[in-house]
Amino acid sequence: MLLAMLDTVSRWAIPFLLLTIPIYGFLKRLPVYETFVEGAEEGFYTAVKIIPFLVGMLVAISVFRASGAMDYAIQAIMPLMQKLGAPAEVMPLAMMRPLSGSGALGLATELIKIYGPDSLIGRMASVMQGTTDTTFFVLTVYFGSVGIKRYRYALLTGLSADITGLIASIYVCNLLFH
Amino acid sequence: MLNIIWLLLLASGIIVAALNGNIEVVSQAALGAAKDAVEVCFNLIGIMALWLGIMKIAEKGGLIQILAFLLNPLLKRLFPSIPSGHPAMGAIVLNLSANMLGLGNAATPFGMKAMQEMQKLNGDRDEASTAMCTFLALNTSCITLIPATIIGIRVSYGSADPTEIVGACIFATSCATVVAVSLDWLLRNLYRPGRKN
Repeated sequence: MLLAMLDTVSRWAIPFLLLTIPIYGFLKRLPVYETFVEGAEEGFYTAVKIIPFLVGMLVAISVFRASGAMDYAIQAIMPLMQKLGAPAEVMPLAMMRPLSGSGALGLATELIKIYGPDSLIGRMASVMQGTTDTTFFVLTVYFGSVGIKRYRYALLTGLSADITGLIASIYVCNLLFH
Repeated sequence: MLNIIWLLLLASGIIVAALNGNIEVVSQAALGAAKDAVEVCFNLIGIMALWLGIMKIAEKGGLIQILAFLLNPLLKRLFPSIPSGHPAMGAIVLNLSANMLGLGNAATPFGMKAMQEMQKLNGDRDEASTAMCTFLALNTSCITLIPATIIGIRVSYGSADPTEIVGACIFATSCATVVAVSLDWLLRNLYRPGRKN
């Protein structure tokens, strides 16, 4: 019931905004089309400004992944994660989640396909994928768009949130679905 | 911190590839990723232009300021350094709402707008402001009420109850948000400006 409502809201949100904001502007006697174009112009520059930051970050992550270094890192933290109740199969996903959104989605899909969506592994993969965000990507894109090069403690906060989200996913899945 | 992590990812990858005797993987991965990064940004242009255009109408009509004003009591606690009713607050609200509804495409341009407004308050420096750090702590740990992508995948692999994971997601992400906001508050008070990380 609640879920159906939320689903309706998310399907109507974009058409709603696209309708109400221009009408509101028109009633406020704004030249709506010209104002739209003026704002839209910034879209190009913002997107282009992100490129150098994203190239730097994606290259490092991709080399780390493709070389097999990530697999060693997974092996290293495996005993700790198993103590927390995570099956070995979900470890690559847990490691990938903060680094690469498309990589993590690929791994989650693979786990759901192999073990089934209603297995413990399939459910844990679903919750991990639905919980945390791709911290490295978000920080790179958001800070890059305004030319911030020094992130201060933002990465530390973001990664701590990711680790918390992962541990909480493992805990709650074992509790609910075991 | 970022400099060290970046170097670590890159160097450990190259060293491992060299020791395993498949060094050619490195060039392939590096060049491929560089190309992908540009593609990601180019795909963003259209969506960014659309939402930043709509945002401009909302901003000039005063709608963003109204939104910021309405949520001011909550936001001024989280973002003490942003003046009441500042457009940054409105953009932050839009970004977080879009995130919660799982509208990733709309969330990013709203987030960029919020960052631009905060950068104005930051005096265009190349170091993040405390408000930016709090915003990103909220953004990366934010609750998604409908994790639409993963539900879709569960449906396509024949789950008996594709949405059963939503409660678990909300629990896990709430834990993440609490940790992110508390840690951000703590670090904001400990951090001394000017130090390089």
